[in-house]
Amino acid sequence: MGLLDYFRSRSPATTSASVAKERLQILVAHERAQRNKPDYLPKLQRELLEVVRKYVQVAEDAITVTMEEDGDREILELNIILPDEPDPKVKTKARRR
Amino acid sequence: MARIIVVTSGKGGVGKTTTSAAFAMGLAMKGYRTAVIDFDVGLRNLDLVMGCERRVVYDFVNVLNGEATLHQALIRDKRRDNLFILPASQTRDKESLTKEGVERVLNELAETHEYIVCDSPAGIEKGATLAMYFADDALVVTNPEVSSVRDSDRMLGILASKSRRAELGVEPIKEYLLLTRYSPERVRLGEMLSVEDVQEILSMHLLGVIPESKSVLGASNAGTPVILDEKSDAGQAYGDIVRRYLGEQVPHRFVEENKKGLLKRLFGG
Repeated sequence: MGLLDYFRSRSPATTSASVAKERLQILVAHERAQRNKPDYLPKLQRELLEVVRKYVQVAEDAITVTMEEDGDREILELNIILPDEPDPKVKTKARRR
Repeated sequence: MARIIVVTSGKGGVGKTTTSAAFAMGLAMKGYRTAVIDFDVGLRNLDLVMGCERRVVYDFVNVLNGEATLHQALIRDKRRDNLFILPASQTRDKESLTKEGVERVLNELAETHEYIVCDSPAGIEKGATLAMYFADDALVVTNPEVSSVRDSDRMLGILASKSRRAELGVEPIKEYLLLTRYSPERVRLGEMLSVEDVQEILSMHLLGVIPESKSVLGASNAGTPVILDEKSDAGQAYGDIVRRYLGEQVPHRFVEENKKGLLKRLFGG
C-alpha cells in the first residue's frame, strides 16, 4: 500500500467492487421481478408464440412476457420482436386492475 | 414462549455455523436459556464448532423418529449450563425431517428455553427450508462477494413467502443482515463490496459486521465459539451483535480500518 495505490483507490468507477455492485444491482432487480410472477406466465408465453407464429415467423425467443406491479396496478407487458421489419419492435401493454 | 432464530445464507461457507455457535453462546452468556439445533442432516458440524463432538449420543433425527427423547439428545454445554446443543445426524436419511416432526421438537424446546437458534444448512433444500419455516427472526449471513449477496437475496424471497409467518399472514420474519469476513482495507482499495453497498443491494437492517479474522479458524480448531475469545476482533464483533439483537444501542465497529500512521499510509507497510 503506497502513494500510488492511495490515488488509484480514489477512482470508484473502475474498481472491481464497483463493477460487482453494478452487476448485482441489475441481477437482483431482475430476479426479484421474476420471483412473484404468476405461474401461468411461461404457458402464456408459449401459447402466444404459437399464435404469432401462425402469421409471422418469429424466433423462439422473440416474445417476452413480464408482470410488474405499479402501486395498486399490475402491468402485464408483452414484447414481440418481429423479424426484418423497418420498425422491428411492436410493443403492447395490457393493464388490469 | 421461545423466540426462534434461523441462521441462514443460501450459500455455503459464509459462516453460518460459526455464527450459530457464537450467537447461541452469546445469548446464554446474557443469561437466557438457549438451545441451538443443527439442521444440516447428514453433514453434522455444529458439534465440532461447539466442542462437544465426543459427547453426541443421540441426534435430531433420533428425536424426530422417537428413538430418543429430546432430553436424552440435548447436550448441555460445559461452559454454560443454560446452553444446549441438539446435533444433526450423520446419516443421509432425511425422510424423518418433516414439518410436523420439526414443529413438535421446537414446541417441546420452547417450553423450557427462551431462545432457539436454528443452524441452517446451505442451499434451499429441505433442511434449509425447514430450518427457516418456523422462525421469528432470521440472521442472514453474507460475505461481501457477489455470489453470497445474490444467494442472500434469494433467501430473503424464500423467508418472505415460504415461512409459517408468511403462510399465516402474520407479522413477517424479522430479517437481520450479518456481514462476515469483512476487510475494511480491501474495501478502501475498491477490491471488496462495502457494507453500504451490500445494504443498498439487499435493503436490509444491518445487525453487524464481523471482520475477517484469524481468530475464527482458531476458535473452530479448538471447538470454542469465537465469542468466548474476548480479545479478538471477531469475538468482540459477535458480542456487539448479541447486544444489538437484544435491543442495546451499540455503535458499529470493525467497519473502518485501524488507524495507521501517516508515513505507513504513504509508503506502505
